[in-house]
Amino acid sequence: MDDTTAPTPPETGEAQRLHQADAPSSRVARFGDDRPLVLDAGITLSPWQIAYETYGELNATKSNAVLVCHALTGDQYVASTNPVTGKPGWWDLVVGPGLPIDTDRFFVICANVLGGCMGTTGPASTNPATGRVWGLDLPVVTIADMVRAQVALIDHLGIPDLFLVAGGSMGGMQVLQWASAWPDRVFAAAPIATAASHSAQNIAFYEVGRQAVMADPDWREGRYLDAGVQPRKGLAVARMAAHITYMSEVSLHSKFGRRLQNREALGYGFDGDFQIESYLRHQGSTFVDRFDANSYLYVSRAMDYFDLAADHGGVLAEAFRGTKTRFCVMSFTTDWAFPTRDSRTIVHALAAAGAKVSFAEIESDRGHDAFLLDEPEMHAILTGFIDAAARARGI
Amino acid sequence: MFDTTGGSRIPTVPASRVDLAVVGDLVPEGARVLDVGCGDGALLEWLEAAKHIDGHGIELSQAGVNASVARGLSVIQGDADADLRTYPDGGFDLVILSQTLQATNRPRHVLEELLRIGRRAIVSIPNFGHWRIRSQFFLWGRMPVTEDLPYSWYDTPNIHFCTIRDFVELVKEIDAEIVASFALDARGRKLSFKAPWWFWNLFGEQGVFVLEKRRR
Repeated sequence: MDDTTAPTPPETGEAQRLHQADAPSSRVARFGDDRPLVLDAGITLSPWQIAYETYGELNATKSNAVLVCHALTGDQYVASTNPVTGKPGWWDLVVGPGLPIDTDRFFVICANVLGGCMGTTGPASTNPATGRVWGLDLPVVTIADMVRAQVALIDHLGIPDLFLVAGGSMGGMQVLQWASAWPDRVFAAAPIATAASHSAQNIAFYEVGRQAVMADPDWREGRYLDAGVQPRKGLAVARMAAHITYMSEVSLHSKFGRRLQNREALGYGFDGDFQIESYLRHQGSTFVDRFDANSYLYVSRAMDYFDLAADHGGVLAEAFRGTKTRFCVMSFTTDWAFPTRDSRTIVHALAAAGAKVSFAEIESDRGHDAFLLDEPEMHAILTGFIDAAARARGI
Repeated sequence: MFDTTGGSRIPTVPASRVDLAVVGDLVPEGARVLDVGCGDGALLEWLEAAKHIDGHGIELSQAGVNASVARGLSVIQGDADADLRTYPDGGFDLVILSQTLQATNRPRHVLEELLRIGRRAIVSIPNFGHWRIRSQFFLWGRMPVTEDLPYSWYDTPNIHFCTIRDFVELVKEIDAEIVASFALDARGRKLSFKAPWWFWNLFGEQGVFVLEKRRR
C-alpha cells in the first residue's frame, strides 16, 4: 500500500476525467492483497484504492478528525477546486476556515465513494486482472461497502475515531451507516436531507435514469470506454430526470415559470422553447462531461439498496441501540426527494434508542439541493451543534 | 423523595417563568430528563450544569431549537401532541411540561403520555382560576389578559386553559397521583402549604405538580 499525490496531467475535460479514474489529482491510498475489501455482494475486492482530500491539521491527540461524505454525483473535492470542472468545492459554504466545519480547528477528510469515478475504485477504473476498465465486471457496491472503504482509509491514516461524520443525501446515508456500524468511532453525526432507506419514488426516478443510460446505443453493454465512446444522451437524460427531484415546484416556478428561451413566441417544434427545458439540457450535458455513466448506475444502485432498518430486523431503533453518538438531523421544508418525514423516522428511531438527538426542519423553497446552498439557518444550527460537541470532547 | 424546600438558585430566569426555578429544585441529581416545550433550553442547560442530568428537549419554534442546539442540548423540533408517542415506556426518570399543557390539542392524552414515558412528571400550569383572571371575566365580561397571559383570545396559542382544581380532577381521572404540589403567587413565591385548595385556586397564579402513575 502506498500513498501518493500524482502530478496533475495537462489534459482537460473528458480526457482529464478518464485520467482521474486511476490517477487522481488528490491523495490516494492503495490497498494490496493484504488489505482486501469484502463486499456485501459476497465478493472480495483486491487490490483497490480510495482517493481523498484533506484540509486542516490533525491534532496531537488525533481527536479532531472530521469525515465529510459526498452525495451521488459528488467527489472528494469538498472544499477545493475540482480538477475536471475547474469549479470550487461542492460544500465550500460549509467546509473551510471559520465555516461550520472549521478547517482551522478540524482535520477534514473527504473521500470519493467506492463505485465513483474520481479515483476510488469504480467501474471506470482499470481492473488489474484484465488491464481493461472494470465496467460491469465490478461487483455491485452498497452504502455499507462505501463506509467499509472509508474505515480502511481512516485506519490507514492512523485515526482511532472521528469527531464528526457529516453529509447530505447519499452522504447522509453513509453518516447513518457509520454511526450504526461503528458507534464507538463516531463522536458526533450530522445526517442532512437524507433517509434510512431509499423511497420507492426515488428508486423509480433512478430506474428511469439507469434505463436511459442502458438504452443509449453508445452504452454498449457497459463496455463503451473500450470503444472510446460514451452514452452521452442516456446519461444526460438520467441527470435531467434526477435533477427535477432535487428542486421544488416553487423554485421551478419562480426561477423559470413558463418563460421562453431566446425567443418571443412558441416555436411549434421540439426545440427547447422553454427556459426550464434549456436549463435541464444544460444540466444534462455538463454532467456528462464530468461523470462516468457506469458509475451513475453503481452509485445510484447503492442508494436503492440502502435500508438500515431491514439490516436490523425491520426495527430502525435497533440500528442505534446503546449509541453514545450525538446526532444532529436536518431536513428542508420543500425537499420532496428526501422529505421531512424521512428525517423524522430517523429522529424517532434515535429517540426510541435513547440517543442524544437534535432535529430541525429548515424553511427553504429550494428543495433537496438546499443542503448544498447558502442556507443560513442550516449553517447556524450546524455551527451550534459542532461547537457544542467540540466543547464536550474538549477540542 | 424530592427536595421541595430549596429556594430559587437560577440566576437568569425571566419573571414570567419563575416556575423554572421551582421546577429546577425538584430534579434529582443525574436524572434522565425530557423537557417538553423547552423553549431556548435555559432550564435544561441549567439542570445539566447544576444537577448533571442527561437532558433532552422537544420544542416547536425554530428559534428555540437553534438556541438549544447551540447550547449543546439534544432538542427535537416537534410538539407534545405528535412526538411523545415515539419515546419508549419509562425512558426517562423525569418529564417536564412547563407552562405548555394549555397550548396542546389533547391535554389529557399528553398528560397520559408524560406518565408513560417518564417515571415521574413535573407539570406547571397557569391557573385560570386566579382572582385577577376571574375578576376580568366577571366584572368586565372580557376574556382575561394579564402580564403572565398576555394574549388576546383571537391570537392566543393557549387553547385549553384550566384552573388548579380542574387539573387536580384530571389527574384523578387518568389514575395518577400528585406526590407533591404547590401554587406560586405573582412573584413566584410559594403559597403556604397549609392553605386549602380553594385558596390556591384563587391566589395561585401558577400551579406546579409532581405526578406519578398510581401503583396498583
